[in-house]
Amino acid sequence: MSLPAAGYPRLLALGDAAFTVEFGDGIAPETHARVLGFAAALDTLVADGRLPGVIERVPTFRSVTVHFDPERAASGVLGETLLALAGEGRRATASGRLWTLPVCFDDDLAPDLADVAARAGLTREAVIALLTATEFSVYMLGFLPGFPYLGGLPAVLEMPRLATPRSRVPAGSVAIAGRMCAVYPWHSPGGWRLVGRTGARLFDTTQAARPALLAPGDRVRWQAVAREALGE
Amino acid sequence: MSQAALEIVSGGIGVSIQDAGRTGYRSIGVPVSGALDPLLLAAANGLVGNAPAVAGLELRLVATALKAVGGPLRVALAGDVSTRLLAASGEGRAVAAWSSVTLVDGDVLQIGRPRGTAYLAVAGGIRTPKMLGSRSTYARAGLGLLLAPGERLPCAVFTGEVHRDWRAAGPLHHASGPIRVMPGPQLDHFGAAAREAFFGADFVVTPAHDRMGLRLAGPPLQHLEGGADIVSDGVTPGAIQVPADGQPIVLLADCQTVGGYPKIATVIRADLPRLAHVEAGDVLRFCCVDATAAAAARRALSRGLADWLAALQPAGTLDAASLLSANLAGAAVRGDET
Repeated sequence: MSLPAAGYPRLLALGDAAFTVEFGDGIAPETHARVLGFAAALDTLVADGRLPGVIERVPTFRSVTVHFDPERAASGVLGETLLALAGEGRRATASGRLWTLPVCFDDDLAPDLADVAARAGLTREAVIALLTATEFSVYMLGFLPGFPYLGGLPAVLEMPRLATPRSRVPAGSVAIAGRMCAVYPWHSPGGWRLVGRTGARLFDTTQAARPALLAPGDRVRWQAVAREALGE
Repeated sequence: MSQAALEIVSGGIGVSIQDAGRTGYRSIGVPVSGALDPLLLAAANGLVGNAPAVAGLELRLVATALKAVGGPLRVALAGDVSTRLLAASGEGRAVAAWSSVTLVDGDVLQIGRPRGTAYLAVAGGIRTPKMLGSRSTYARAGLGLLLAPGERLPCAVFTGEVHRDWRAAGPLHHASGPIRVMPGPQLDHFGAAAREAFFGADFVVTPAHDRMGLRLAGPPLQHLEGGADIVSDGVTPGAIQVPADGQPIVLLADCQTVGGYPKIATVIRADLPRLAHVEAGDVLRFCCVDATAAAAARRALSRGLADWLAALQPAGTLDAASLLSANLAGAAVRGDET
């Protein structure tokens, strides 16, 4: 097991009703394993009623933000408890669910695919082969409800966001930027490069128990399908 | 319970349904939303006998007209806003904010453009369906009802004493002075000059402000070597992000759950409601407090609300004329701006 980065974990106040517990400053599987391990341990304490006033926690690439009700939790005591828990160095043991999600790479649904291939010096088919051969891991959800940040994009496909973001990205767009892949659950402005379209419903408000399809720690594989299979 | 409704006659962006917001879903990217000024929502609710966070209408930026369908409906407005009641019978009269009024079928409330944010509460609350535990509107993800002319908001029929409306002794005032913040979480991304500027200079509210955040203009706050990008981490309403141009953005209730800019400071809970009322051109200053001072400020705020609610009285027992003239004076000032 590798050691945590020097100076971590550390506790930062995010105003008077939240703490951020940091496990590192970069994106790395080891850091994220600690993030998920801490979040799981925290969930257990909250479920046991041992952390009154904790409202919810938001795991990210490298940290967990803990939102609390300052009238029900003494912030000083809570901060010490969180830091001590973080110092236990737990790592996520169980990996999440493995999802195989459909994606269609037709040109009109993947408007940046040709350009991505050209920039990477690959054929369009080679990019598709890379995307469908990769097992991505869900690092976090954010930006929009249900929007997953998927780590594991092959290095050859690493490229910056579009210089000029689109004012409207269609819902279901599968996109890449940096070393990440993502899906837009909603139509929205956005600067990621669009390489496909999925019919998977990433956010369903009628599923109150689990409105987002994916959860941090889950894994995703893309399966190429014909556009008829998207159910659009 | 039988149903009545408030119909949106006119109004649009800037008008939303808000309650205490949506908690428990931030880990999947759902903003907390909820009233920008929970105190004023509580005040409006108090005037109609509701619990503090019952869903009401948040009114910003535009004038709104609402028609009572069925009824009677008891409503109250809290905020710096002037309103007229156009009765179904044809007569019109001014309705003071900070008091309740009972509407009958066909009555129309013409609510002026509020200064900042105002709230309208209905006895029994607005009864649109809850989505993920809240009625708050969050348009970007289709959560809560999006309001458009013709939309009817289901409400409870008022069954109390129709002729016994309530009045406050006066408006519920917020604290003045600099906006109080706690430093960080990324204060260490800024050097002495940026810190001095942040805690000393004036920042002007730009027209780019909505329920997601306030973009401010002031002396550019320069980042240290690390630059303006961090690996995204959690944010919360009140967090003050500083992107590459050095111009701070104060996040508000509809903000995203994570962000990739360093946060120089975070507004304390007790001062967040004040940010609901700033408008383009207003000047903000920031001052630094610790967790103890933040706790004291929260206590002062809840005491202030409790005292204000305790002083509510049946209409007619106060000097109604002076309240009314105060409200009309407010309307006259606003006349220059519209």
